[in-house]
Amino acid sequence: MAKVLDELYYTEDHEWLRVDGNVGFVGITDFAQGHLGDIAYIELPDAGSRFAAGEVFGVVESIKTASDLLMPVSGTVAEKNDSAEQSPEKVNADAYDSWLIKIELEDMGELDKLLRADAYTELTKE
Amino acid sequence: MAKHYDKLIFEISSDGKEGYLLPDTGVEGDFSKDAIPEELARADEPVLPRVSEPEAVRHFTRLSQENYGVDGGFYPLGSCTMKYNPKINEDAAAMEAFCGLHPCQPESDAQGVLRLMYELGEMLSEITGMAQFSLQPAAGAHGELSGLMIFKAWHEKNGQADRKRIIVPDSSHGTNPASAAEAGFEIVQIKSAADGTVDIDALAAALDDKTAGLMLTNPNTLGLFETRIGEIADMVHSAGGLLYYDGANMNAIMGYARPGDMGFDVVHVNTHKTFSTPHGGGGPGAGPIGVSAALAPYLPGPVVARSGDFYTLEAAGENSIGKVRSFYGSIGVLVRAWCYIKTMGGDGLKSASETAVLNANYLKELLKGKYKLPYDVVCKHEFVLDGLAEAQGGVRTLDVAKRLIDLGYHPPTIYFPLIVENAIMIEPTETESLETLDSFAEAMLRVADEAVSCPDILLEAPTTALVRRIDELKAAKEPVLVWQG
Amino acid sequence: MSVYIPITPSDRAGMLERIGVQSEAVLFEDIPEKIRLKEGLDLGKPMSEHELMKELGALAAKNAPASCRPCFLGAGAYDRLIPSVIRHMTSRSEFYTAYTPYQPEISQGTLQAIFEFQTMIASLTGMDVANASMYDGASACAEAVIMAARQTRRGRVLVSETLHPDTRRVIDTYARFNSIEPVSVPAKQGVTDMEALSSLVGDDVCGVVVQSPNFFGLIEDAAAAADITHGKGALYIAYTSDALSLAVLKSPGASGADIAVGEGQSFGIPMCYGGPWLGFMAVKAPLMRKLPGRIVGQSVDMDGKRSFVLTLQAREQHIRREKATSNICSNQGLNALSATIYLSLLGADGLKEAAKRSMDGARYLKAQLEAAGFKALYSGPFFDEFAFALPGDTARAEAALQAAGYVGGLALDGLLPAADAAGDGLGAMLVCVTEKRTREELDGFVSALRAAY
Repeated sequence: MAKVLDELYYTEDHEWLRVDGNVGFVGITDFAQGHLGDIAYIELPDAGSRFAAGEVFGVVESIKTASDLLMPVSGTVAEKNDSAEQSPEKVNADAYDSWLIKIELEDMGELDKLLRADAYTELTKE
Repeated sequence: MAKHYDKLIFEISSDGKEGYLLPDTGVEGDFSKDAIPEELARADEPVLPRVSEPEAVRHFTRLSQENYGVDGGFYPLGSCTMKYNPKINEDAAAMEAFCGLHPCQPESDAQGVLRLMYELGEMLSEITGMAQFSLQPAAGAHGELSGLMIFKAWHEKNGQADRKRIIVPDSSHGTNPASAAEAGFEIVQIKSAADGTVDIDALAAALDDKTAGLMLTNPNTLGLFETRIGEIADMVHSAGGLLYYDGANMNAIMGYARPGDMGFDVVHVNTHKTFSTPHGGGGPGAGPIGVSAALAPYLPGPVVARSGDFYTLEAAGENSIGKVRSFYGSIGVLVRAWCYIKTMGGDGLKSASETAVLNANYLKELLKGKYKLPYDVVCKHEFVLDGLAEAQGGVRTLDVAKRLIDLGYHPPTIYFPLIVENAIMIEPTETESLETLDSFAEAMLRVADEAVSCPDILLEAPTTALVRRIDELKAAKEPVLVWQG
Repeated sequence: MSVYIPITPSDRAGMLERIGVQSEAVLFEDIPEKIRLKEGLDLGKPMSEHELMKELGALAAKNAPASCRPCFLGAGAYDRLIPSVIRHMTSRSEFYTAYTPYQPEISQGTLQAIFEFQTMIASLTGMDVANASMYDGASACAEAVIMAARQTRRGRVLVSETLHPDTRRVIDTYARFNSIEPVSVPAKQGVTDMEALSSLVGDDVCGVVVQSPNFFGLIEDAAAAADITHGKGALYIAYTSDALSLAVLKSPGASGADIAVGEGQSFGIPMCYGGPWLGFMAVKAPLMRKLPGRIVGQSVDMDGKRSFVLTLQAREQHIRREKATSNICSNQGLNALSATIYLSLLGADGLKEAAKRSMDGARYLKAQLEAAGFKALYSGPFFDEFAFALPGDTARAEAALQAAGYVGGLALDGLLPAADAAGDGLGAMLVCVTEKRTREELDGFVSALRAAY
């Protein structure tokens, strides 16, 4: 059973978002890392790039599969997590401890469109 | 079996050795001294070995011994049609009269090869039921790309430039959506129906005035014939779209059905699958495309034409998509395909398909039970199992494949098509004898038993190959793509 | 019955029984009656190999291959020496009857050979990494343009007028369907006009494609062109049509190329009327994961033994489908093996010597032609091809050379930059001298030509 944390927001594409004021941290869920298997490569955008909600901001690759990273909400990248990029196994070890990008949120209203823990648990149940 | 050979060519190099003697040209004097200004000249020496001829021969011979080919044993790689590569075809392609031709020689110097190309186009038309062929594309995926460019050019010409969507089933080859994307289309993927064929309702829902066309393999990647193909073709055509036939599975139906008669507008064939040209460890192949009469003006040029007994290369007209490669095609490969069709004749090709289908159905019967068979119906040239019916210790499809290596076989295609989770895709082709089919089935059943009784054998496999399982994660995480010295 | 099909009639009966059907026909009953073929394919009777070779021999007799006569044609296909070892090694069926190496444990031969190929190509081009090969030079170049457009998210590509016309046509085709606009950079004195390039490069340009030695045989100032290109954040795509030139010319990498693509036919692959040849592609490290096609990487097996495996596959069509870096699946594996063997046999010294002999011969021919009154079209540094003017129409030269037993150069009618066209009734010819040509042949060529006018 994949881990789901109560305090986070989730997308249907298996990204999580932790919100702290107007700053957000984005990562992939435990369910996603489990499905990918051993992650071989993560490509993240440089600070300053702006993405709308739902836009592709990066990619996660394992040996046999690859998955685009989609922006949960609109925002500008403030920082990327170099350590996750360099050591992708950290995401496999604890997907919620290894955020991928830190963003500045533009519209707090967009949070309403994201899933909360119970809905996300339901989504990944089978 | 040979011992694993662990030397790169660079590691057997030593100064003072050479492997090829250049002849004397008789041109005396150092004409090229200072011919290239220093700032344009190469300063460093490239990383190349210095080896004598026998050392080079031994090196590559030993490398060859680390390989498994069709000539060495059964190669039931689904979707790849690993049939026998006739030896006479190799002799034919090696003839200086063909491989010594320069592509810019005048047509009068190339009447033999031009006639061969013309005839091959005609023969492929007969086999597929298409009006005209272009031999240019270098491989199946290249044929797909060229065919989809034709789709787009056709729609644009008809004032339908907004037809930007290509529909592909979720069971399709990865090249289908990739080729469509490279031809500038958006991709709409439709789910297969429960029986593994095209879901007619899903197709109907996906068709609209933005549809450029549908790409299909028939029989599909599950080895199942799309029996409603007539209806599908009508639906796509009445929606204003075109039909693309991925010829990867053509080996199932030669002499029994033709894509042209099914309503397809563009077809590619893989000569390196259906027409026995070797795969060469990844190529070169050839992917000729055939089109309906209406689409002929869109083919890439030049096209071989005939006037009386003289053959010419006709430049493409204004509607052509243009060139997709340099010159005219993979001629050396096309010579082999021509030879194959000639040596098989119409009846031989039909017998090849008939036997390929018979062999697949026979193996399917022998293997079902101990392996899950998700679609238990008559198959065409290949069938897909959904992994082991029973296994211990976390054994999965990958382990079955690796264990088959120990038992002397090339494993089937695994984990494709994507819609069958633990897919084992088996395509025996017409090349195999009954003895081989029986022994392979015996090996597969033995592996299934081992998966329950001693799973470690599978998890550890292969142990008899020259190398054991390779750390693919390491290769992808810390890429070493060139020799580090 | 075919000698390629081992199943006997009695085998068939037993197999059908096991399947539980009456006849093979039942296995095809799922094909709707309406589309089931009623008549046999009209392809004639099966031929024995003896009959086949007779018929093929008749066709072969109608070909007059350039490789058997003194050939002065170049222009993208090169009549070079091919060591016999290559055919012997590539004829080993362990190599040629294998598929793409999906199962690395039983494909180390193919994998290691490709790894050696990647190493040689990366080094020759001066780049960091190379892939396992592309269909041919022209399509590799078109793929490079698409890569540049995706990488920079820009929609125009500048293409030098001195690029091989076939390569230009293939770029045009790929560009049209990928919403990329190709723009020509004019030539001056037979080479890319750097001033024109400077004025054309803008913020909307994804890449600049320059061939060196170019279509007219001249060596381009690639470093200067790359500098101009990088000034606007575009990628420099270096195209090599005659790979032997890499032995003596400053490498694309050293000249600042971001992507090096080209045709490897010169490395031991027969001209074969235009294919199958050997496209190659190499890039600097930042573009590694944007490469199309197969790539082999080094790793270790469970016992820690060095071994090789297809890697970075998440870029490819079988995993990423429509989001793949390219649709390419098959490549030119066996021809990459040919090139690897060729480069192993010649080595750095042999390669350089072959290049030098070609250059010596070309310069000798140029001098003899000039002494005979023919004028070279351009004066810039060249490799082993050059263009010269004819005092009359090209057809006359071609006929005279053909009659004397030579395969003449390429008629440049309609292929020269507008500024250099010779004028009415006057032709020009592009000739190539490889290491195969002897002094006697070069002298004979000049005599035959002189006699024509």
